[in-house]
Amino acid sequence: MNWGSPAEFFAMGGYGLYVWGSVIVCILIMVMEPIMASKRQKNILQALRRERIAEDLDRQ
Amino acid sequence: MNNRLIKWFKYASPQSFYPLAGRMIPWFWALAAVFGVAGLWISFFVAPTDAVQGEGYRIIFLHVPASWMSMFIYLVMAGWAGLGLALNTRLSGMMAQALAPTGALMAFISLWTGAFWGKPMWGTWWVWDARLTSELILFFLYIGFIALQAAIDDARRADKAGAILALVGVVNVPIIYFSVKWWNTLHQGASVSLMKSPSMAQTMLWGMLVMALCFWMYSIAVALMRVRAIILERETQTEWVRELPEVKS
Repeated sequence: MNWGSPAEFFAMGGYGLYVWGSVIVCILIMVMEPIMASKRQKNILQALRRERIAEDLDRQ
Repeated sequence: MNNRLIKWFKYASPQSFYPLAGRMIPWFWALAAVFGVAGLWISFFVAPTDAVQGEGYRIIFLHVPASWMSMFIYLVMAGWAGLGLALNTRLSGMMAQALAPTGALMAFISLWTGAFWGKPMWGTWWVWDARLTSELILFFLYIGFIALQAAIDDARRADKAGAILALVGVVNVPIIYFSVKWWNTLHQGASVSLMKSPSMAQTMLWGMLVMALCFWMYSIAVALMRVRAIILERETQTEWVRELPEVKS
C-alpha cells in the first residue's frame, strides 16, 4: 500500500492537480459517451414508434 | 460456398447484426467494469511510486491505453471503411461511422492526459514534438471523417467519401507509432514493445495492460451501442425494423 491517509492519496505526492485533472476528464468522457449513445438509440426508437402509430392511423 | 462462409455473411447484414450486438453489449460492459476496477486498483494502490517521476507517473495508466486505442480504432475504422468500399457491404460503413467518435475521444484523452503529464514533467502543456503533433493530426483526421460524413446527406455516398479520407489517413498511424524512433524529440520511446522486454516494473506493466483491456472492452461496448442506433437510423424504411418488438410496442 502506497498511502498512509486519504489526504496523502488525494495529494498524490504534490501531483494532485495533474493526476486528478487527467482522471476526472477521462471518467467524465467515458460516462458521457455511453449516455449519448443510448440517448441516440432512444431517440431513433421513439421516432420509429411514432411513425408506426401514424401509419396505423392512416390505414384506419 | 460452404456453410461457415454463409454464416459469416449472415451476420454481415444489419438485420442479423442488430440483435447480436444487443446481446453482446452487456457482456462487454461487464468486462470493462471488471478490468476497470482491477486496473485502477493496480494503478493507484499496488504499483509503486516511480523513482524519478514520483506519483505523477500514474497518469500513464490512462494515457498509454488511450493512445493505443486511438491508433488501433483508427486502423479498425479504416479497415471497415476499405471493406465497404471494396465489397459494398452495408454494415461496413455503419461500423466505421460508429467507431469514429470513440476514436476521436480516445485521441482527445491521449492529448489531454499527455498535457497534464507534460506540465509537471517537461514544464510545458504542449510542444510541437513529432509524437504530439502526429497524435493531434490523428484527432483532426477523426474530426474530419465525422464532419465529412455529416455533410453528405446520402449515407452510401457519405460512406464512400469517408472511406477514402480514412484510408488516406492511415499513413499517419505508423508515423505516430515510429515518431519517437525517427525523430529524436522530447517524447520518450515506447515503454512496451513486442521486440524487447518492457522497460518498467512488473506491477506498473500489469496496471497498464489491465487498463488497456478495460479501454478495449469499453470501446467495443460503446461502438456497438452506437452502431445499433446507426442501423436503425439508416434502415428506417425496411420491414424488419418496423417489425422489431421495441418498435411495435
